[in-house]
Amino acid sequence: MSTEDLIARLSRDLRPTPPGAAARRLLLAVAVGALVALTALMALLGPRADIAQAIGSSAFWMKAAYSGALALAALAALSRVARPGATGGPAWAGVFAVPLIVFALGGMELMSAPADARRALVMGHSWTVCPWRILGFSAPVFVAVIWAFRRLAPTRLRLAGFAAGLASGAVGATVYGVACSETAAAFLAVWYTLGMMIAGAVGALLGPRLLRW
Amino acid sequence: MTAVENRLKSLMLRGLDGDAAAQRDLLGELAGLLRRYYARRLGRETSDLEDLVQETLIAVHTRRASFDRAQPFTAWAYAIARYKLIDHYRRRRTRAAVPIEDAGALFAPDDTEAATAGRDLDRLLAELPARQREAIRLTRVEGLSVAEAAARSGQSEASVKVGVHRGLKALMARFGSGEP
Repeated sequence: MSTEDLIARLSRDLRPTPPGAAARRLLLAVAVGALVALTALMALLGPRADIAQAIGSSAFWMKAAYSGALALAALAALSRVARPGATGGPAWAGVFAVPLIVFALGGMELMSAPADARRALVMGHSWTVCPWRILGFSAPVFVAVIWAFRRLAPTRLRLAGFAAGLASGAVGATVYGVACSETAAAFLAVWYTLGMMIAGAVGALLGPRLLRW
Repeated sequence: MTAVENRLKSLMLRGLDGDAAAQRDLLGELAGLLRRYYARRLGRETSDLEDLVQETLIAVHTRRASFDRAQPFTAWAYAIARYKLIDHYRRRRTRAAVPIEDAGALFAPDDTEAATAGRDLDRLLAELPARQREAIRLTRVEGLSVAEAAARSGQSEASVKVGVHRGLKALMARFGSGEP
């Protein structure tokens, strides 16, 4: 096809692209992915047995706040690296700051605990499955985010893949919090962080292949 | 550069708002700029040139949601053009560094053609005797009048006129008749 014909074909039936279309597209993908993850969680694990009481506890909301805040920070970075030539720059600050807060909380918790109770605080009762479940529930979110990138233009594919993986991991962790009955900040700091980071690493690994355009 | 930026950005914004004519103009103008930008970088692989131009136009069009209205258009378009060039090299398995240039690399006014034409002209004129060469250069290249050219070169006006006439005739005989 000649370039003239191509241009004519492309600009025919032009649909308006309102300001904020990119962010809306990413949020839509995250919402759809989170819904799929939540449905899968209900079918596979079900909510924690004491969910009714847990909703009143601070530990429940601390977990949700951690992964939720990291999800927002990673999404902010993601919406930056979705633009050509961009690395995200200062948008990454939140991604580093949020875990630091939880590390500090976990550290204080361990210091104020008796020495022989510390190991139990860190390991909880589900450390062997926690990071992998977070990774699993991040998968539908990751798929949706990759779909959203079909209209976006990242040029740093590994970085964009990492941001996509991390955002998906954080959303997956938030969903998993509904089923997880761990309460210690130290557990959160180690195993939730690990799960979300594995999701980010997988994203960075797949990014150059999946996000190429 | 700012004039180009302003014109293209206003086309882009109108295109984003759904103005098909603006979008067509934008892509049309970009096609020319891209063809020049890639031609300089691909060298002899001209067979891929138009494919690369088209692929980049498709990316500019389908991924226009990635344009931030608060940012300059030229930087955005240049980043896409550069990405497509790197991707092209990667696919052909050639290792080539694509330096990050100013967006002006894509939007600079085209001086290569003028430079090439100037070089060709010099070579042509070099074949002529000095007086004819000077007469042609002053009147036809620098655009002086016959009187000014005569004053400048120290020839008489008649000599300048004759020099131009004979010189052009000689060039026509040599290059206008199908000889190389």
